Amino acid sequence: MAYALQQLINGISLGMIYGLIAVGYTMVYGIIGMINFAHGDVFMIGAFVALIAVLLLSLGGVMDGPAAILLVLLASMAVTALYGWTLERLAYRPLRGSFRLAPLISAIGMSIVLQNYVQISQGARVKPLEPLVRGGVEVMRDGPFVVQFSYVQMLIIAVTLAVLAAFTLLVTRTPLGRAMRACEQDRKMAALLGIDTDRTISLTFVIGATLAAVAGTMYLLRYGVIDFYIGFLAGVKAFTAAVLGGIGSLPGAVLGGLLIGLIETFWSAYFSVQYKDVAAFSILVLTLIFLPTGLLGRQEVEKV
Amino acid sequence: MSRTEDRRSQARPAAGESDRPRQGALIALKDAALSALVALGLFAPMVGLRTDVAPSGGLYLRTRWADVAILCGIVFMLRLALVLWTGRRGLQPSTAPRPWTLWLQKAGRFFAPALLAVALVLPFIPGVERYELDLGILVLTYVMLGWGLNIVVGLAGLLDLGYVAFYAVGAYSYALLALNFGLSFWICLPLAGILAAFWGILLGFPVLRLRGDYLAIVTLAFGEMIRIVLVNWVSLTGGPNGISGIPRPSFFGLSFSMSGDPDTFAGYFGLEPSPLHRVIFLYYLIFALALLTNWVTLRLRRQPLGRAWEAMREDEIACRALGINITTAKLSAFALGAMFGGFAGAFFATRQAFISPESFTFIESATILAIVVLGGLGSQIGVAVAALVMIGGFEFFRQFGEWRMLVFGGAMVLIMVLRPRGLVGTRTPSVALGEKRAIGANLIGEGRG
Amino acid sequence: MTGTIPPPRDMILEVAGLTMRFGGLVAVEQVSFAAMRGDITALIGPNGAGKTTVFNCITGFYRPSSGAVRLHLPGALPVDLHRLPGYRIARAGVARTFQNIRLFPGMTALENLLVAQHNRLMAATGWGIGAVLGLSRYPRAEREAIELARHWLQATALLDRADDPAGALPYGAQRRLEIARAMCTNPSLLCLDEPAAGLNPRESEELARLLLEIRAQGTSILLIEHDMGVVMKISDRVVVLDHGRLIADDIPAVVRADPRVIAAYLGEGEEEEEGEAA
Repeated sequence: MAYALQQLINGISLGMIYGLIAVGYTMVYGIIGMINFAHGDVFMIGAFVALIAVLLLSLGGVMDGPAAILLVLLASMAVTALYGWTLERLAYRPLRGSFRLAPLISAIGMSIVLQNYVQISQGARVKPLEPLVRGGVEVMRDGPFVVQFSYVQMLIIAVTLAVLAAFTLLVTRTPLGRAMRACEQDRKMAALLGIDTDRTISLTFVIGATLAAVAGTMYLLRYGVIDFYIGFLAGVKAFTAAVLGGIGSLPGAVLGGLLIGLIETFWSAYFSVQYKDVAAFSILVLTLIFLPTGLLGRQEVEKV
Repeated sequence: MSRTEDRRSQARPAAGESDRPRQGALIALKDAALSALVALGLFAPMVGLRTDVAPSGGLYLRTRWADVAILCGIVFMLRLALVLWTGRRGLQPSTAPRPWTLWLQKAGRFFAPALLAVALVLPFIPGVERYELDLGILVLTYVMLGWGLNIVVGLAGLLDLGYVAFYAVGAYSYALLALNFGLSFWICLPLAGILAAFWGILLGFPVLRLRGDYLAIVTLAFGEMIRIVLVNWVSLTGGPNGISGIPRPSFFGLSFSMSGDPDTFAGYFGLEPSPLHRVIFLYYLIFALALLTNWVTLRLRRQPLGRAWEAMREDEIACRALGINITTAKLSAFALGAMFGGFAGAFFATRQAFISPESFTFIESATILAIVVLGGLGSQIGVAVAALVMIGGFEFFRQFGEWRMLVFGGAMVLIMVLRPRGLVGTRTPSVALGEKRAIGANLIGEGRG
Repeated sequence: MTGTIPPPRDMILEVAGLTMRFGGLVAVEQVSFAAMRGDITALIGPNGAGKTTVFNCITGFYRPSSGAVRLHLPGALPVDLHRLPGYRIARAGVARTFQNIRLFPGMTALENLLVAQHNRLMAATGWGIGAVLGLSRYPRAEREAIELARHWLQATALLDRADDPAGALPYGAQRRLEIARAMCTNPSLLCLDEPAAGLNPRESEELARLLLEIRAQGTSILLIEHDMGVVMKISDRVVVLDHGRLIADDIPAVVRADPRVIAAYLGEGEEEEEGEAA
């Protein structure tokens, strides 16, 4: 019982991270109908920038307290946003149009570039970081087993919810959000009505990258170990989450993320750690076969 | 670099970038400076501050500002050159048949046979050593894989990002059959193909209703799942250590050992034993397999099945309205493509004598797909040239050391931006009342399923 | 329903109580009519009346929420089309064209027509393997298929464009090619979705002539059309839908004067007269 509760807590905090990345996928897919293959690697960059920021602040002796963590978060968000923007400008914008395969290959190419770029500039070795946020709250005790809700997990959940709330406000209340939704529905018409579609799309990528940066920072704080390859796996799982929740639906992406996080955690706890990725992939396949519009997605009727 | 607009050039937003063809030098400088500024933002954290693991185990930062400055400078120069050359629009994708692709099409008459002839006599060209032969074998392997995937992606328009799975099935099937049952290569080869085809159908079934990017991701997931199983099912596959000691091929019963006995290849033909013999045999083996793939594909294109694939790529709904069973069409494409992948895998296993899951990563799938897309529109000669360029290029990039993959990825992006529909921008109809005329890329469907 | 109910043995298509719901929206409700063999039956109605929905239910692109669609071929049991997937309906002898032309743009006109003969050609290849190896009746089957294609290219005045990519043909030619392609499946019933859309008066004339020729050869036709000139001129029977319901089913002369039909079109009564005068 206690064990299950611990897995629940772990699963939720992991799921939040996936959810943040998933929102990026779903937004980009919604607006330009393309899976941003390199999005997972943007998350990886977010984690690395956070790491660098942490080290920088430690050098300055100011790596202490919530203010420092906030600084790290902001630094990561800023730099990663720039990467997201550059990615769109270089690899996707020139190919915006009807050809489907070319942007996909271009995205894969960018993914390779990003991974190797980080590998070369930062070294291929795994980077371990000492835990910055220690301790937690003891929730339950069952004999020798202690169920702990660590502070870092609380932080993840709090930050994620805050960011998502801010973001939902952005999409529903602001002109930019309206522009994004208009472009999602009918890009040509939006352009004809005077919306700067290029800028809107760029901003969508930027926002997605920012969210991925938050996820990367949280990942760093939680697991303390990053390498240049975490983007690929996290990317596929987050994409699974986006699909599970219904591509194009923001609450769906978060819901999907939570589900994937929980499933992965419980699977590795009760069945097998080695095959936990297979579990995530299988969910993807099953969802696309049996529930292609996802849990909260819109039913698409094909016009003949 | 192309400035010409072709009819369907899509990079035409209603609001957004300006359209002026040439900019004053001042504006170009400003543009380049902005680019350099962006580069600074990108490179300063990542390149400028490198995290390293200290001997004590903790992390520390190393600064490399000189590198950052150099990179920003390069970006400035490149952007300046680009803006001055093409105007603010920068690089534009083009699918219009360029003068050289039309020439390629015409020259294709004797270009293809010429390549074929060169490939045929390659081992006997003076100066060709072991290294070149190995490279030739590698290129031909990828040509075959490209032609196999071409059936699925190029002809049928099904986006498969997990093709390496069939390559792996073929390799492991051969290895396990040969090691456990002592069957010869010539028996194992068709068996490996059949097993791979079976998996092709198995993996094709669930994805029948999926389109475009969804199909791509699911096939990618399948490929990864197979790789994970290969790594973890140690009792069957040897896990990460793979399988070694796979029997080498023999020349129809004559082994290639160095002993010079009468029952070896060298002994039987009265030649000086040389390791080159086996390599040359392997070369011709993959050559034959690749040609088989090509021949089958060309024949099928002229037949209802191949035509149905191409029609399915153009418009699946219209196919259904004409009575074509889309399910069997898709499954047959998957199965056939998988079969050739399986053949290639079996060849790979016997050539290397050792296989491990590391040879079957997603990057392989991506590379093969890139070859097919670069080749363009199901064109056989295009795929062959693309494989030559990519694999040859990859070898060439070896001199870049650890930068190799980075350059490779960058090349992929660049090529896609410049030629989104690939090298060969046209399709030739398989049948005509009069003369067969090439059809331009802008008319051809690129498959959403 | 107005008009006489024809004897069942002359029916080729029977639509009974067809209902189609999309979520909460009822697109088609309890529509029943019959198309007679050898007739040209027109399905008309204002925009949004549900005509294409009915078409899609007949040809298997939608599964009806309830009701039945049956194909009656001479000497055979009625086929329940509403249970079949689209491609089987095509194999049963029902061909269709689309409102937004769906040709294979990257293939030539000839290739388009050969794809239509896929099933017959596949049967001649001996499961594909035989043909690949060059042993089968395929070469002859292909020659026959090309002859059939040639026949229809000639009938639609497209013979000189046989080797041109379908996507490069002018609009009117594309419409005709789609009809030619549908005819290459040797259908018993040809369903046309707005074949005259976007055609100028001369082209509409040619279309009307083509359809009459097709009928003369024994193929029944069901068509959706807005061009009243074409409809009134060639149809044997007119079925009128409005807001998903059937409001008239009779010969053209009767339907034209039906006040409910005129009311449904709300002032498009003038267009009918113009079409007649043209």
